Amino acid sequence: MIRYTNVTKIYESAAKQVRAVDDVTMHVEEGQICVFLGPSGCGKTTLLRMTNKLIPKTSGSIEVGGKEIDSLNPIELRRSIGYVIQQVGLFPNMTIEQNVAVVPNLLGWDRVKIKKRYEYLMELVGLNPDEYRKRYPWELSGGQQQRVGVARALAADPPVMLMDEPFGALDPIIRERLQNEFLNIQKNVRKTILFVSHDIDEALKLGDTIAIFREGKLMQYGRKDEILSNPAGEFVEEFIGSERMLRRISLNTVGDLIRSMGGLAAKTGIMPMQRSNTVDVQANLRTALSVVLSTPHGEAYVVDEEQKALGVLRLADFHSFVRTMSPLKSSG
Amino acid sequence: MALVDFFVANGDKILELTLQHVKLVGLAVATAILIGVPFGIYISQRETLANLVLSIAGIIMTIPSIALFGILIPILSIINQGIGFLPAYIALVLYSQLPIIRNTYVAIKGLDPNVRDAAIGMGMTTWQRLMKVEVPLAFPVIMAGVRVAVVLTIGIGAIAAYIGAGGLGVYISRGISTSYTVMVQAGAISVAVLAIAFDYLLGYVQKKSAPRQQRKGLT
Amino acid sequence: MKLAWDRLVKWTLIFSAFCSLLWAYNTGAFDFILEYPGDFRVLVVQHLKLIGLSGLLAIVVAVPLGILVTRPGFKKLQWIVVNFANIGQTIPSLAILALAMSYMGIGFQTAVFALWVNSLLPIIRNTIVGIEGVDPAVLDAGRGMGMSQRQILFKLELPNSLYAIMAGIRTSMVINVGTATLGFLIGGGGLGDLIFTGISLNDMGIMLSGAIPVIFLALIVDFLIGGVEKIVVPKGLQRNVNLI
Repeated sequence: MIRYTNVTKIYESAAKQVRAVDDVTMHVEEGQICVFLGPSGCGKTTLLRMTNKLIPKTSGSIEVGGKEIDSLNPIELRRSIGYVIQQVGLFPNMTIEQNVAVVPNLLGWDRVKIKKRYEYLMELVGLNPDEYRKRYPWELSGGQQQRVGVARALAADPPVMLMDEPFGALDPIIRERLQNEFLNIQKNVRKTILFVSHDIDEALKLGDTIAIFREGKLMQYGRKDEILSNPAGEFVEEFIGSERMLRRISLNTVGDLIRSMGGLAAKTGIMPMQRSNTVDVQANLRTALSVVLSTPHGEAYVVDEEQKALGVLRLADFHSFVRTMSPLKSSG
Repeated sequence: MALVDFFVANGDKILELTLQHVKLVGLAVATAILIGVPFGIYISQRETLANLVLSIAGIIMTIPSIALFGILIPILSIINQGIGFLPAYIALVLYSQLPIIRNTYVAIKGLDPNVRDAAIGMGMTTWQRLMKVEVPLAFPVIMAGVRVAVVLTIGIGAIAAYIGAGGLGVYISRGISTSYTVMVQAGAISVAVLAIAFDYLLGYVQKKSAPRQQRKGLT
Repeated sequence: MKLAWDRLVKWTLIFSAFCSLLWAYNTGAFDFILEYPGDFRVLVVQHLKLIGLSGLLAIVVAVPLGILVTRPGFKKLQWIVVNFANIGQTIPSLAILALAMSYMGIGFQTAVFALWVNSLLPIIRNTIVGIEGVDPAVLDAGRGMGMSQRQILFKLELPNSLYAIMAGIRTSMVINVGTATLGFLIGGGGLGDLIFTGISLNDMGIMLSGAIPVIFLALIVDFLIGGVEKIVVPKGLQRNVNLI
């Protein structure tokens, strides 16, 4: 859907030359959320903004939907791409409804269609359409504003969305809630999304694929479990952090572990089954590990939805599971 | 050039008029500061009074200067000071009130509430807080108000020549009535230069007085 | 409690205004108007022409000029225009009128020209400040969403700076009413005639019959433009901006 080939952006000043984006080549598939991840100044935002031609590229090619963006009119291109920024940028001189309707209006949709679309989108982002219709941005909280921002970006139903740290300015509780709702929305709309973030946890939560950047260069690009299992080089390893394996196993459930090991140890009957030492078969492995560690013998019961015991999970099982995942590579 | 000749020939007179002008402006603004700054501080602590005072001062500003002079003349004629220095002085003080009071009020209200909080928390009395912390921090904005007042009064002071208060406006009024064009220009240019010079000077003082971390471009 | 105080204040003001009008009547201010209504009307009309023409021309030139120098190609010009406007605003209005007269002779046109120059500057400055003050995130969002430069100007920049622009226009027009009294000195006529004549003849009545209508005029202009402000400025944006 979006293809970058040898994309480079050079900023020249009297003193020096800065390669904000350095020879990036990758392909983002349709319907995927790709997170551009990296420390500040790594070029992730620059690359994002080159995709909708807000920043001109120096060399290389960017294709959106099979077409080279150079051949596309920038304004039309942008109207076909949803754009969400960290500070939201809702237009203070327009009501919420007018804000959401901006691109459809620019495209000349008729009023009935716009109204219906507004109502649909507000419900999608969890806001009551009638309550907010005539309100102004300054009346809304940060979280509410960003929901409207997302609705506004989706208004013309663009196939592609660019999101630049959209939840970065929100407090952690709101941020988590919006992240969850965002994943739900994506299940419905299935857009191709480029999402810039500097937070590894956010990237792992939201991204299908992750592209890690450093000083303009693409260090690694792949599915998140690949990156966690096989970080390409010291920088990526360090960026992910020392809790890499914990993050990695959180991508799998207890069920996955049982399947890969072909079964579980039977009940030993030593300790009674209580809440504090049981774990659901659908729970993620990181949570399961935490439960196992908290029990006196390092063992927890695994139960299904009917609370029927399926077996016992032990500390050693985690290690065996990890070994059966793709072989780990560490540098030097 | 005739203009340059005029300046050369009448240098003393021009200086004399300039000094008259500066004296009038200086006294008026000084008085306005002495009244306005404390008053501005006072109303910053009392919101309802603030609105009233600022509205009144605003209304005074809509009165054309010559009209205010005109109103003061009969009043002051009672004590035989109808024309000349006194009505001009009083009018100028009144006109300076708005910029100075308003800026003082805005400056104090605009201070970081955390600073005020810390001062109170440390046990300062209201007086101490105002004098040691708030006024020094508010100084640049107050200075901006003084600057506006000075430029304003230099301008209105020129009109005061028409009620006998002297100053550089004399050259303008006499020049017009005797159709002496060069004199008019000399007067106009002098008072313009005076205004620009003071504006620049006070602007410099204002910039220099802003504490390092406060360079926010307040006007 | 607060409302009672406000009410008291309001009525005190109205009462004192009434008293001052009574005093004015006593000095014979209104006699003049009543005895020479024709002449009075002529002067009022002259004054209105002075402020109307100069004001309208000021708005028509200053706002587009202010917008122009905020456009990407013209940023360099902005520095010149802003400094010019600042210096111009520092120069006393009497000086501007006098200089205009010294080059253009006395008369109505000279007066309008000088008043026009005097009124331009607050409007230009406020226009520039207003447009530059629009939240850059808003402009980025607009651009990223596919608005053209023209759409950004008319849908985002102007509506969001209208408050500042209107404030500038309002200040400028109200001040203009007062400055126009000086127009008399250079042959422009207007209510300044009565004021200056009254002062030189030491006749309070005549003086006030010029001064009081001018004050009324200023208040009316302020009120009218305030009304326009309320209509024109989008509801979401009517807040308190301090522009000096």
